[in-house]
Amino acid sequence: MIRILSILVGLFFTVALAWSLLLGGIALSKDGLPHTVESVFHKHPKEVEFASDGAFGKFDNAQLQRGFKVYSEVCSNCHALKQVAFRDLKAIGYNDDEVKAIAKKVQVPVYNPATGEVKTHDGLPTDHFPPVVYAGQGSPPDLSLITKARHEGPAYVYSLLTGYAQQPAELLKQFPEAKTPEGLHFNPYFANLNIAMPQPLTSDDQVTYSDGTKASVDQMAKDVSAFLIWTAEPKLDKRKQTGWAVLGFLLFATVLAYMAYRNIWAEKKGH
Amino acid sequence: MSFPWANEYKPQAPLMQWLDEKLPLPRFVYNAIGAGYPVPRNLNYAWNFGVLAGFCLVLQIVTGVILAMHYAANAGVAFDSVEHIMRDVNWGWMMRYAHANGASAFFVVVYVHIFRGFFYGSYKAPREMIWLLGVVIFLLMMATAFMGYVLPWGQMSFWGAQVITGLFSAIPLVGDALHTWLLGGFAPDQAALNRFFSLHFLLPFVIAAVVILHIWALHIPGSSNPTGVEVKSESDTVPFHPYYTAKDGFGLGVFLIGYCAVLFFFPNSLGHPDNYIPANPMQTPAHIVPEWYFWPFYAILRAFTQDFFFVPAKLMGVLAMFSAILVWFFMPWLDRSPVRSASYRPLYRKFFWALVVDAAILGYCGGSPAAEPYVMISQLAAIYYFAHFLIIVPIVSAIERPAPLPFSITEAVLGSDEGSALAPAAAH
Repeated sequence: MIRILSILVGLFFTVALAWSLLLGGIALSKDGLPHTVESVFHKHPKEVEFASDGAFGKFDNAQLQRGFKVYSEVCSNCHALKQVAFRDLKAIGYNDDEVKAIAKKVQVPVYNPATGEVKTHDGLPTDHFPPVVYAGQGSPPDLSLITKARHEGPAYVYSLLTGYAQQPAELLKQFPEAKTPEGLHFNPYFANLNIAMPQPLTSDDQVTYSDGTKASVDQMAKDVSAFLIWTAEPKLDKRKQTGWAVLGFLLFATVLAYMAYRNIWAEKKGH
Repeated sequence: MSFPWANEYKPQAPLMQWLDEKLPLPRFVYNAIGAGYPVPRNLNYAWNFGVLAGFCLVLQIVTGVILAMHYAANAGVAFDSVEHIMRDVNWGWMMRYAHANGASAFFVVVYVHIFRGFFYGSYKAPREMIWLLGVVIFLLMMATAFMGYVLPWGQMSFWGAQVITGLFSAIPLVGDALHTWLLGGFAPDQAALNRFFSLHFLLPFVIAAVVILHIWALHIPGSSNPTGVEVKSESDTVPFHPYYTAKDGFGLGVFLIGYCAVLFFFPNSLGHPDNYIPANPMQTPAHIVPEWYFWPFYAILRAFTQDFFFVPAKLMGVLAMFSAILVWFFMPWLDRSPVRSASYRPLYRKFFWALVVDAAILGYCGGSPAAEPYVMISQLAAIYYFAHFLIIVPIVSAIERPAPLPFSITEAVLGSDEGSALAPAAAH
């Protein structure tokens, strides 16, 4: 009885699925696999290496400071960094006075709930990076977590910044309707190929580095990507350091546990 | 119940004797997971995963309670409070990564535990109740994990909640009203987040209670074993402590090495990047996918693309997704083979491995976009899934000719069982 019932229920589900499969198959044989401009021309992020990569990688503070400079002078015009506080910058090598000076240059809005007024004051190390009011259309994303919020985030940010290009003639030939609309910019690393952000890093020496590094577009893109790895995961170095200590201990403990296990079972035949 | 040769708890210290008279808690522990619990001597490493699952539950409760001290279940600040934990709470990043990856580890361990049950027929008489309680635990785990994933209030949290609670609206007549009532609104928002947090805190303790029942039910017939032959004499068993505490200690070490390697070096590899974007009800992500441990069931849900007679496709999908787990409840009665272990069931064993591959394919499709060819592959895989449990297993158990079983566990381990009066004369 149970067997017959179960086979009937089984047939109900399998036949319903076969029906879906059949109609899906007919539709597929008519239309074929989807062929969209994104599926052909979207590119995966470029290969790029950062000091913090890998199990032994560590942040390069000089690079993070250069990246912070790129963020402050270029990105921060449109993009906020709300999860980061000025005091956090001490972790990338600034001392207390430098942090105070950096904070002071920024006006931080304070909302007074009693009066409804918004006043601004000079930033303090305890303040977070303030919200950015963007005058144009759309809302530029907050960058605090951007390298964790995209697949292969660091390489994605780097590729996006260096990936602006003319729309390939091949693309327009295959997909004439996919011409980049007015006000958008072609970038094959962006999900739908057309990004609202104009190319932010346009020429070498757009930012003046104080450590003598040549500020090529490529270098600036790499530095700001490295900086954004740090903003997304400020505890990265500590995490890996802790990880090695924990793994070392566990390895030792597991070897001991294995020896105890063999020892206890030694008298039992068959083991 | 236990076997007559089980060690008896004999406290030596006066304090322990006093305690044993008033509240025999040490005796209870001794008989449950101590030297007083005789266990088959031939358990392989597949039997480590029950203890590991228990460890994961404790790990999740401990890290979860600490996270709850710093988390704010308010749609306005939930996302930022999680980042506060990651940045400003001492060791908060470790607690959160331990908890998020702990959920994955818990599911890895439990899936091995469940498939161990499928392979060795652990669900068969006299252990049906252990199996039924186990499926209940799994369902509770799914609910808990789903609600936990909503709490960081990222994009995937929000849209995952939207999709999964939306399943209830597929129920005829009352669906929409039920959906609104469950969420406390028309879409996930403050009310839903707050109740999810409350339930996410509650359910692990419900799981712990069912785990106690699960272990209680286990101690009545005792543990099963890789031969599927029941314990016959003292030589078939060893005391749980020190034999299996030692083996579980080693197993725990290996598990922790794998778990900590992920936790400290690839903590975000199992999560979706979109969940680092704050929830935005105005912007749907390109692909809404749940966490990896739900992928096989998600694939089954999406495999139903056509209405079937009078049943809408969406309702079919929901029915099938829940049935895919509910069918496990019936395993003790679907599989009528008197032989428990697949080691002695050549035909069932082939279909078991087919199920493992099938579940992996379903998982792969469930994590992929809802487009061809993944939909058609998942339809084929889902056909096998239902056919396996509802058609193949009952038929195989009726027609299969099993291989000869060993007389006893001792014989299986040592080659002969000379201590047993009933044992056949040693042929070798």
